[in-house]
Amino acid sequence: MAGADGKIRPHYAKFERLLREMPREEFEQKRHAADLSFLRQGITFNVYGDSAGTERIFPFDLVPRIIPAKEWERIEAGLVQRITALNLFLHDIYHEQNILKDGTIPPFYVLSGKHFRREFVNFSVPKDIYIHICGTDLIRDAQGNYLVLEDNGRCPSGVSYVLENRGAMKRTFPTMFEEIGVRPVEHYPQELLKMLQYTAPDGVAEPNVVLLTPGSYNSAYFEHTYLARQMGIEIVEGRDLVVRDGRVFMRTTKGQKQVHVIYRRLDDDFLDPTVFRRDSALGVPGLIHSYRSGNVSLANSIGTGIADDKVMYYFVPRMIKYYLDQEPILPNVPTYLASEEKDFAYIMENLDKLVVKSANESGGYGMLMGPKSTQEEIETFRELIKADPRNYIAQPMISLSTHPTRQDDGTFEGRHIDLRPFALYGEKVVIVPGGLTRVALRKGSLVVNSSQGGGSKDTWVLYGDE
Amino acid sequence: MLSRVAHCLYWMSRYIERADNTARIVDVNLQLLLDFRKLDDQSLAEHWMPIIESTGDEEKFLSRHPKATGPSVTEFLVFDTENPNSIISSISQARENARMVRDQITVELWVELNRLYLWIRSTDARDLWRSSPADFFAQIRNTSLLLVGTIYATVVHNEGWYFMQVGKFLERADKITRILDVRHTIFPSKETPRTMSQRDALELSSMLRSCSAWDAYKAAYGAEVRPEWVAEMLIFSDEFPRSVRFCVEKLDDALRRISGVAPRRFSNDAEKLSGRLLAELEYGSIDEGLAIGLHEYLDQLQVKFNAIGAALFNAYISQPFTNLEDEIIVQQEMQQQQ
Repeated sequence: MAGADGKIRPHYAKFERLLREMPREEFEQKRHAADLSFLRQGITFNVYGDSAGTERIFPFDLVPRIIPAKEWERIEAGLVQRITALNLFLHDIYHEQNILKDGTIPPFYVLSGKHFRREFVNFSVPKDIYIHICGTDLIRDAQGNYLVLEDNGRCPSGVSYVLENRGAMKRTFPTMFEEIGVRPVEHYPQELLKMLQYTAPDGVAEPNVVLLTPGSYNSAYFEHTYLARQMGIEIVEGRDLVVRDGRVFMRTTKGQKQVHVIYRRLDDDFLDPTVFRRDSALGVPGLIHSYRSGNVSLANSIGTGIADDKVMYYFVPRMIKYYLDQEPILPNVPTYLASEEKDFAYIMENLDKLVVKSANESGGYGMLMGPKSTQEEIETFRELIKADPRNYIAQPMISLSTHPTRQDDGTFEGRHIDLRPFALYGEKVVIVPGGLTRVALRKGSLVVNSSQGGGSKDTWVLYGDE
Repeated sequence: MLSRVAHCLYWMSRYIERADNTARIVDVNLQLLLDFRKLDDQSLAEHWMPIIESTGDEEKFLSRHPKATGPSVTEFLVFDTENPNSIISSISQARENARMVRDQITVELWVELNRLYLWIRSTDARDLWRSSPADFFAQIRNTSLLLVGTIYATVVHNEGWYFMQVGKFLERADKITRILDVRHTIFPSKETPRTMSQRDALELSSMLRSCSAWDAYKAAYGAEVRPEWVAEMLIFSDEFPRSVRFCVEKLDDALRRISGVAPRRFSNDAEKLSGRLLAELEYGSIDEGLAIGLHEYLDQLQVKFNAIGAALFNAYISQPFTNLEDEIIVQQEMQQQQ
């Protein structure tokens, strides 16, 4: 909110004044009302491994993150560039593999990727779109530059909180929006539906679009029902679907009805027990056969997990250069690959200063924060990296930017935040102005994941710069 | 509509109705005790055990509580999460089913149901229960009436809504027979004619009150409480919304709305069974019931309700290919025939 000189930055000026003028009790009352409304509406997530109070609200902080128009323009351009390059990359590695053949990316890294689906090489996905929905995590460094922390090109979640947080803010501060000039985010579900309909198999005039959920015990189940309701489509579980003659049908009280597009919130591995994990009871036997026959479309497509691989992340700037002949608008965080000899030596020497991440974990799991770890934890990771260097990357500890956040005692203190905007790739790329701002509520903590004590804020993208 | 969704809506509605009816039964019987003078273990057990039996959970109850007393029975029927038919379990189940079909129900309905769920699990609910049981049960009854009203007034009256109607009326009809059955010994039968004691009269009027039928009864039959009239009203009335006949009529209508089949015709067993039961109730009388003994008669009704529920499940919900292993083989066979 404030710049390095301690002055309020211009795009925060109006909000800061309105907040300053608000009596403390009124603010507290509003905060309490917002929390209660989340609880009443059941806007909660499930905590794994907690059988007693299985549902919790995602802590919500009333101080919004504000992004001026010019800054957003840059973010938007950077995200469009990135999702475009990633889709070209995925198409390439599942077809000609030019980028591998000419050595721009060493083939070893792609072919050894846990989520590289060799079964889908030379298979053309509908409209050549692999990543339809991408949630890219951004952070700001000490100089205020936005950096990409990671891409989530499988089933990124969190967008329902973007929409619900906005709803809560509008109820809480109804007058502020007009005065400050905040761009709306409410059209996300329409854009999502439009994109899903666009990916339907050719020749289907009115595609039946459904959302495939793992079920009500999934931590993002609220989001699944929320999006399905907003789009007016059916939410289905694997057992609601059946494949006959290469087509997917849903079982209704009036018999079977064909499904054309599946917005799946299920990982590749679980989609079809006849192809991937045989023990998956969440999937639909025969689904992949139908997909390959071109009778049903999936969003996101199968095989995008390789782009989520943190080793691939390292190569994204190269992809942008290779496919688009551009410089990355949003740079990466400096990254070291444990399977490169030079980097490996550096990582081994500096484990206590680096953040180590395993290539295919998410949610803040499977990582080492060097400077905040015990010697024992560091040694454990040292052995893990030695045993399987392909599976690890390291990055310098980036101090995420901080943002004033209400503390339990009612005061405001800076807490670390990141930003996850959502890009939709359909006929064109659409990015609703905003995203999920996550905040690490514990003092000094850099972990913003909801499963590990993170909360969220509304993100305001302004029409102007002040 | 997805079969699974229909199933969830049906059970959500059933569980809301179940919580409501259980609250009525416990409340009335607690109040009834205030009128009795002598309350030793024996008479307490005589009072409470039939209530436990009516829910079919006596084995579970006895394994958890040595004696049937007011506190142990209410604990079991209200707050015990291990008892699948307790009020707290019913509300949790209703809410769980609603959660699975969040996208199909209105925000108003969800928020109210969620509020009831959060409340019954709170210490506020416990405190109210300790300080004033009557207010506690009134709170549950009122909320479930609010839910019924919210469903009526905010949910689109489409197929899903009729599945909720089926669930509600099937549950209500079933519970009415169970409430009657609790005191079936009061009712005269051919072999054992009996005269009413004062206690019998008190129990009958409490039974009527638990069905919100007290005023309606007096309007129809006057102040004198006679067992056969009570049974007639709770089973055969065509106007009173908590009579078995009324419920079956609504149930039958809802079933036909789902399939679009005209009255007096049927397209599945559920409609056939409910149509037949409705005709029996329309053209029957309480004398037949008392002739074979009320307990036996109510038992037969419950069997019929279960048959309708099972037929409904077969017609709309049951999935032909549920076994994963078999389905995998089916897929592999199909994929060999290109």
